[in-house]
Amino acid sequence: MSIAAETKQQVAEIGEKYKYGFVTDIEMDMAPRGLSEDTVRFISAKKGEPEWMLEWRLGAFRRWLTMKEPNWARVHYPKIDYQNAFYYAAPKNTPLKQSLDEVDPKLLETYKKLGIPLHEQMALAGVAVDAVFDSVSVATTFKEKLNEAGVIFCPISEAIRDYPDLVKQYLGSVVPVTDNFFATLNAAVFSDGTFVYVPKGVRCPMELSTYFRINASETGQFERTIIIADEGSYVSYLEGCTAPKRDENQLHAAVVELVALDNAEIKYSTVQNWYPGDENGLGGIFNFVTKRGDCRGKKSKISWTQVETGSAITWKYPSCILRGDESVGEFYSIAIANNYQQADTGTKMIHLGANTRSRIISKGISAGKAQNTYRGLVSVYGKAKNARNYTQCDSLLIGGDCGAHTVPYIESRNPTARIEHEATTSKIAEDQLFYCLQRGIPQDEAVSLIVNGFCREVLQQLPMEFAVEAQKLVGISLEGSVG
Amino acid sequence: MLDIKNLHVSVGGKEILKGLTLSIQPGQVHAIMGPNGSGKSTLSYVLAGRAGYDITEGSITYNGEDLTALKPEERAAKGVFLAMQYPVEIPGVTTMTFLKTALNSQRRARGEPDLDAVSVLKQVRAKAKLLNVSEEMLKRALNVGFSGGEKKRLEILQMSVFEPKLAVLDETDSGLDIDALRVVAEGVNALRDPSRAMLVITHYQRLLDYIVPDRIHVLAGGRIVAEGGKELALELEAKGYEHILKEPA
Repeated sequence: MSIAAETKQQVAEIGEKYKYGFVTDIEMDMAPRGLSEDTVRFISAKKGEPEWMLEWRLGAFRRWLTMKEPNWARVHYPKIDYQNAFYYAAPKNTPLKQSLDEVDPKLLETYKKLGIPLHEQMALAGVAVDAVFDSVSVATTFKEKLNEAGVIFCPISEAIRDYPDLVKQYLGSVVPVTDNFFATLNAAVFSDGTFVYVPKGVRCPMELSTYFRINASETGQFERTIIIADEGSYVSYLEGCTAPKRDENQLHAAVVELVALDNAEIKYSTVQNWYPGDENGLGGIFNFVTKRGDCRGKKSKISWTQVETGSAITWKYPSCILRGDESVGEFYSIAIANNYQQADTGTKMIHLGANTRSRIISKGISAGKAQNTYRGLVSVYGKAKNARNYTQCDSLLIGGDCGAHTVPYIESRNPTARIEHEATTSKIAEDQLFYCLQRGIPQDEAVSLIVNGFCREVLQQLPMEFAVEAQKLVGISLEGSVG
Repeated sequence: MLDIKNLHVSVGGKEILKGLTLSIQPGQVHAIMGPNGSGKSTLSYVLAGRAGYDITEGSITYNGEDLTALKPEERAAKGVFLAMQYPVEIPGVTTMTFLKTALNSQRRARGEPDLDAVSVLKQVRAKAKLLNVSEEMLKRALNVGFSGGEKKRLEILQMSVFEPKLAVLDETDSGLDIDALRVVAEGVNALRDPSRAMLVITHYQRLLDYIVPDRIHVLAGGRIVAEGGKELALELEAKGYEHILKEPA
């Protein structure tokens, strides 16, 4: 089914359910509590998957049973009871609200500050309105253009059905089933995600964003995304949303796999603003993500840009395997942790090919009682002649109760490698704030201005339409952080 | 416009201003001169409302309003401007962005609509030309890597963009060579206006050759110890502060 058709159907279904007052038996659309082979079979069956996919999931599940949760990150959280969680719930059962009046005013306030258009606000907040249909027409035009270019862009469940060979070829080829505890869990129980294939020599005619953003309310707990850029192609993908979203699922464990073949380029931008918990550190999403890009081809390039402001705990290291000669990996990151948030994030740049280059720019901002860690690995293998890396890690502290930590690992097995690492830690100075105040800029805006300046190099990497919202988001995340 | 009466100010428990009284009318330019440590900068920060400067006694009235009850940004919106002795660097924030943000913050506080980027740019460009502030400076991060002269010119540019009612210039001449001093002084003179009051704080008489004040106050030991017309500056220059301080005030 095409994206447009599916979207239309979803919207129609939503409308119908609302009209009839949710007569559908909700239990039917939920996997039983806990995790077992039956849960995995249930999910696979719900998705109407072929046998090979089920086997792949079961293999992952059996492996997962033998694995231990990692504990090396600088984050602390109560032990997760994996048997006391739900692993599948059809997302369309979220009760729709009749109007924006029913939505938490705090949430609306934030949407307003971010400048999100009204119909998107409604879609995000789960309001059943005609405005949602706007997204259908947007998706339709969108889909037509992509079709012309031959770009595949669809839910992963659709790709498993319609493009099994492509999926078999690439699924788990960058993040193996056995990679790590959370990635393996994802392999067993992933419920949705996105599949992108850009054919040879095609420059994707648009940022793959609008569709995803409108549909952000549909994203599941265990997303699985695969993006393949065939030889000489280019694609820019935007994930996430600046708007805060409440989510009942506390544990999120996504896996993203990127593959760039010869001369291909993938630009992957993320804005993550999930519920961070309240001012006292209660609640909030645990975000344990495995994101990895494989620069499989010569002169390929993968660029990660992330703005991480949400989640109670972030455990995330978007990485690049620089396999092809002369391939390039980039990582631009802004991580903001306020109140009791904990972020342990960074990247891995694995230089395998000759003349590979990588660049890491990380900006960590800590406020309140938050702990923010940059953890990175730059590894140059024996055959990676003339590999080069430049790393810059800057930390900004707001207030006296937060922490910033930088944990860079550097390994070089080739004497021709050139690796540079620069790190700074600074505080927002009282005289900077006073200067802004004196010129009439109120405190929260002054903090936002100074922090946005600090993050500028990374914000510049974001596509225009995202950059403006991301700037506002940076300010909002730190409101009231200076007493 | 500005009435300071018997002002006592402490910083970190130490009394710096000890009963300062001063009054300025619209259209006037007053100069405050005084040796190092006399409390000149403290006075400028108190007027701007910087945290950590505690008023223990006395009053500051600005256009009939108790200035001390206002936050720094509220004072700015009501027309109080302080050209700082050491302008602060803000990495990553271009000068133009800063000017626009500040101007619109002030306008918003006054209930005026925001100006769009184009009209701010036009306004700033026209004024920048007069002060020899280059287009390139406007694109650079605020004060980052600016020379002393550039920083001071930018302070005056901000003053001309914000069009304050009360402008306090804290040692604007410090660190300037004679050419830079002239440019800055010309910029200030161009802003003299019947509705605007200026308080020029300086250590040296030199600046007052270019910005001729209506009245000069000599600040020493936290109090005004001498007052007079512009000729007082020349007397100070000739005889030094010691001489004045010895005379009974």
